Amino acid sequence: MSRTALQTLPERAVELLGGEPDDTTLRRYLHGLAGVDAVGLEQRAAGLGTRSIKTTSKAWALDKIIELIDLTTLEGADTPGKVRSLVAKALNPDAADPTCPRVAAVCVYGDMVPHAVAALGAAHGDPDDGLVSVAAVATAFPSGRASLEIKLADTADAVADGADEIDMVIDRGAFLAGRYGLVFDQIARVKQACRRADGSYASLKVILETGELTTYDNIKRASWLSILAGGDFIKTSTGKVQPAATLPTTLLMLEVVRDWHRATGEKIGVKPAGGIRTSKDAIKYLVTVAETVGEEWLQPHLFRYGASSLLNDVLLQRQKLRTGAYSGADYVTID
Amino acid sequence: MSFLEYAPAPESRAILNLRDAYGLFIDGEFVDGTGESFATISPADETHIATISSASEADVDRAVAAARRAYDKTWSKMSGRDRGKYLFRIARLVQERARELAVAESLDNGKPIKESRDVDVPLVAAWFFYYAGWADKLDYAGLGADPRALGVAGQVIPWNFPLLMLAWKIAPALAAGNTVVIKPAETTPLSALVFAEILQQADLPPGVVNIVTGAGATGAALVAHPDVDKVAFTGSTGVGRAIAKETAGSGKKLTLELGGKAANIVFDDAPIDQAIEGIVNGIFFNQGHVCCAGSRLLVQENVHDEVIARLKDRLSTLRLGDPLDKNTDIGAINSREQLDRIRALSKIGEEEGAERWTADCVIPENGFWFAPTIFTNVQASHRIAREEIFGPVLSVLTFRTPAEAIAKANNTPYGLSAGIWTDKGSRILAVADRLRAGVIWANTFNRFDPSSPFGGYKESGYGREGGRHGLAAYLAPGSSAPRSRQTALTAGATASASARATRSAKKPALSKKEAKR
Repeated sequence: MSRTALQTLPERAVELLGGEPDDTTLRRYLHGLAGVDAVGLEQRAAGLGTRSIKTTSKAWALDKIIELIDLTTLEGADTPGKVRSLVAKALNPDAADPTCPRVAAVCVYGDMVPHAVAALGAAHGDPDDGLVSVAAVATAFPSGRASLEIKLADTADAVADGADEIDMVIDRGAFLAGRYGLVFDQIARVKQACRRADGSYASLKVILETGELTTYDNIKRASWLSILAGGDFIKTSTGKVQPAATLPTTLLMLEVVRDWHRATGEKIGVKPAGGIRTSKDAIKYLVTVAETVGEEWLQPHLFRYGASSLLNDVLLQRQKLRTGAYSGADYVTID
Repeated sequence: MSFLEYAPAPESRAILNLRDAYGLFIDGEFVDGTGESFATISPADETHIATISSASEADVDRAVAAARRAYDKTWSKMSGRDRGKYLFRIARLVQERARELAVAESLDNGKPIKESRDVDVPLVAAWFFYYAGWADKLDYAGLGADPRALGVAGQVIPWNFPLLMLAWKIAPALAAGNTVVIKPAETTPLSALVFAEILQQADLPPGVVNIVTGAGATGAALVAHPDVDKVAFTGSTGVGRAIAKETAGSGKKLTLELGGKAANIVFDDAPIDQAIEGIVNGIFFNQGHVCCAGSRLLVQENVHDEVIARLKDRLSTLRLGDPLDKNTDIGAINSREQLDRIRALSKIGEEEGAERWTADCVIPENGFWFAPTIFTNVQASHRIAREEIFGPVLSVLTFRTPAEAIAKANNTPYGLSAGIWTDKGSRILAVADRLRAGVIWANTFNRFDPSSPFGGYKESGYGREGGRHGLAAYLAPGSSAPRSRQTALTAGATASASARATRSAKKPALSKKEAKR
């Protein structure tokens, strides 16, 4: 699942950056990237949003969206019972339709990982095999305001408990202060903490918290920085800050991923999270992925939706396509 | 299945309520033309849409007479505020019937429905709203107090934006107090005729707007008509030149919106992904049938290869096909004649040694189609770098320094528009200052707004359309009588008759026709 052997990571970064990943070198590199014109980016995203996805394409899209969802609960009030309920929904999204695909993963706080793993039982595993992964947020999520030691322990704990994926947050304060070397280092160290006893790695999603980075230039630089430092996925948001995922932001991150692929041949995943609540919106993201990086990215290892309420809207739309009539909120389960 | 082969999403034609045959719209009514009628077809599949009347010289005469009557008896006597009410009403009706107009436009012109729906028709409404607001504020148009209308405007418009060009012509003319005889292009008369129904719905006084369909001869008759006070033309430079000769010395006021070969300049510090979008939008919007299209890409040599590679990738995602499908990016070429011209110039490009690349897309069997094409290794001396192709064909040239970019951009007989792509604000200002083009876009392209004047330098024409400047084309300063506003109000008929007499005296060739009447 991990995209590359860790040993090669710093070497590749050094080669691409033309020096050690310190503040100065990173600044030179990241500020040398082409700028982003906000008006043009938003216009392009709006254009992609006007695609009209009908009939067979829509049916395919709705199933695909379900397969790409990280079904999420990230609340202070989370309990083992809540997590079991979430897992049940992940395994069997539409109680009335056993043909409905499963979601890609459940996403929970680190201490809930054992409960999620237990609830999944034999269904725990790689979404490529029709199983459901466990993703854990880590590194003092959502603020990231803790010492590196705590962030690493947070990560290692979750991995040891069976998390397949780690959703870490970057230190936005350090990024905005220009301490790119620190941000790079933290990501690289968290990546190391994703190592399991057998030498394999949990997949690392790097949350940029785009709502706090504010400018598209920042988001572009943070995307490059995260990928250089070893992230397997770049993720927009924690869901705790507004705005969370937006279509222009996701488009921009997909463009970075496309450029990275062009430069290195490696495929990085993208995860918009927070604020995607309707099928209509989710389809816009699907279109944006397909038309920016290609259809190949429409698989759980390369694209995810971080969402909770989205699933039920997709299920309602899915039922409507099958029966020709809208059912209603009581025909999907509250979990 | 491939997700990207989106299932068909056609806009329904059911909203259209077309007649089998359309007459000319004269004096508020549809009347038969006495010329030989012709068919308008859908360029996407060459199917027949409707039979259209052709206006003979006599029909044009009838239309001009109706416009003159409406000017003398109604429109010139009406207050600006009341004229504005009609324009507001038209604008609202355009919005109400937006979908119908968009479908008619895409059907007849071949442009993708997403463009007619999201660009053309909304701009048409915006133009009428904008000039509706001006109708009672002409004192502030920059021509001094009490500027006066010119009289009857004869307008000839092209096929690339049939309804939008109609709005660009009619809205300022009516706001300024003129009456209109307009000739749509022969391949795209449909939306103008649906618009005529809107004029009836708006209860616009008969004769204020007259629509005469037909080919070049109809346009020539309109332009040459002695009782036309103002000629406005949008179209090719060749025809524009002929009109300029025809109207010279006639006393007719003239504005020309002609061809272009715009430079779209991409500097090495450009926001690259947005620049690629801008290049695509610049030349492949409306199949490149845009007089201000960014048909010459000037790209800084040090980023040339990267820009071209990205551009080719992007072009490969464009969807060519049914104009009425909501997912179509590239529609049909408007006519066989235009398709032949695009093919001929592209062939010349290859022969001259430029390198041709064409996006790999399936071309429908019927209809007129041309896949998005770019030529690299184009030299300034090549014909495809100098002549307007008016199709989805981009010529790519390189430059090394800003000074060279400016020199190459200006090195064209045209001067309608230009684009600048750079992240550096000061460079935008410095370069824009030295480009000789009527419209300059910075980090965007092909954006239009009714408040912004549009027009060209050199062979791209003269006069401005849009904004306050666009009013000047349809007004004379209040003090520059022969006809003061005062006289026009009290004795409009006499005054315009004397004005006509003056003109026919100046131009003896026309006196015979005058005498006949």
